[in-house]
Amino acid sequence: MTTLLTGLRLANPNSVEEAIAACRDRPGSRFVAGGTDLLVNMRHGLSATEQLIDLSGIDELTMIATNGGGVTIGAGVTVAALARSPGIAAQYRALAEAAAGVAGPGHRNMATVGGNLCQDTRCIYYNQSEWWRNANSFCLKHRGEICHVAPQGKRCHAAYSGDLAPALLVLGAAIEIAGPQGRRTIPLSELYVEDGLAHLALAEGELILAIQLPPAPPPSAYTKVRVRGAIDFPLAGVAVALATADAKVASLQIALTGTNSRPFVVAGTQDFAGRAVDEYLLKEIERLVQKQAQPMRTTIASANYRRVAAAALARRLTARLFAESAV
Amino acid sequence: MHALNPQPRKRLLRLTLNGRPREDAVADGVLLVDYLREVAQLTGVKTGCDGGECGACTVLVDGEAVPSCITLAVRCEDRSVETIEGLAAQGRPTQLQRAFHEKLGTQCGFCTPGMIMAAESLLRRNPTPTEAEIRTALSGNLCRCTGYEKIIESVQAAARATS
Repeated sequence: MTTLLTGLRLANPNSVEEAIAACRDRPGSRFVAGGTDLLVNMRHGLSATEQLIDLSGIDELTMIATNGGGVTIGAGVTVAALARSPGIAAQYRALAEAAAGVAGPGHRNMATVGGNLCQDTRCIYYNQSEWWRNANSFCLKHRGEICHVAPQGKRCHAAYSGDLAPALLVLGAAIEIAGPQGRRTIPLSELYVEDGLAHLALAEGELILAIQLPPAPPPSAYTKVRVRGAIDFPLAGVAVALATADAKVASLQIALTGTNSRPFVVAGTQDFAGRAVDEYLLKEIERLVQKQAQPMRTTIASANYRRVAAAALARRLTARLFAESAV
Repeated sequence: MHALNPQPRKRLLRLTLNGRPREDAVADGVLLVDYLREVAQLTGVKTGCDGGECGACTVLVDGEAVPSCITLAVRCEDRSVETIEGLAAQGRPTQLQRAFHEKLGTQCGFCTPGMIMAAESLLRRNPTPTEAEIRTALSGNLCRCTGYEKIIESVQAAARATS
């Protein structure tokens, strides 16, 4: 990794308004929080920008606040702080488990919730040095014309690999966004687009301010498979939220990461309401996940392994949450 | 390569480095690892993977272990940065450093400064960690000699010696 960041400018705004103004004054600027994803990509020559706008000096972004039973998490809260928060672990276990498993401890100390949600999609043909990519005629996601994963296709299949998004999705999170046009709040699911090249529905100059979680969430859990037990991005990650009533499913939400170009909620689980969690149901969950997960050959593990693993994890988490609900 | 300004802007970086205040003119794009090694001459900080994946460059920023190869130096303004050079006092190694020596936690030595700084951060926060807590705290640090067992034993020995 030889690309130096010579000549890079760092702006240090103290408020959201100053950050947005700094971006407007220099189009093409990028916001940086922890920098654990962006700086690595910049040094790979994947994100040329003349100015980074440092969000770490904005106090508004670093709070975890409870309100009306729900929780608002500032986008600048570090992943380590989120993992340590007793209130999050007690109510939103999937989120605490996802945070505790992000990358390695050093990354978690720097990385932020907002940055994790906005992290770039990944692919073995993309997350390489400039020299490596050049030797391979680059790729559709950056400077090239062909997606080496699906050469006949017209879109980039790089996979979204953030851990927090699926946990937040099953917990029904909404996000507050600020930009040149003002502030807006949208469901987290609307942040993502199934396109590895442009997977975030954020306009130029927009940034995430906070994540809102509703009160009284159902019991939830998150787990993933990766090559090593730390540092590596997930090959597949699954979050499940399961509410039960009279030993039957009241509501079941399953969300995936690492398999598609966006994290997403598996469709069709509402049909399981009123069912007992038995072998038949668990098999149906596996089939549903296998059908909707669309991993491509973007990691060193095979696409089929990731599909099967995602299904197995969804099954295991559902069974675990059901067993815990009976205690 | 980046289409960047020909004249990099420098700013005065004030920080506390190994307990002493320090000021340097540093360009915005300089990484903390390069600042520490090349400006402050603290070559105990190692550049391993140079991409935030191996932990060899781990230093403490305000007491928290972070990979310095993915940190911009100017973001450490008004903060306290500690490297392996800051641990020994008057040439006397700390309990943790002695434990790495005595329990053979060091093989080729390249990952050792990062390992020790990650372990130092853990022991300050939690002086009596369990083996699982030690493994978690060091999970971002790779040892190419794969001497992990001895490294874990070294941290356990240091924890026993100081508690």
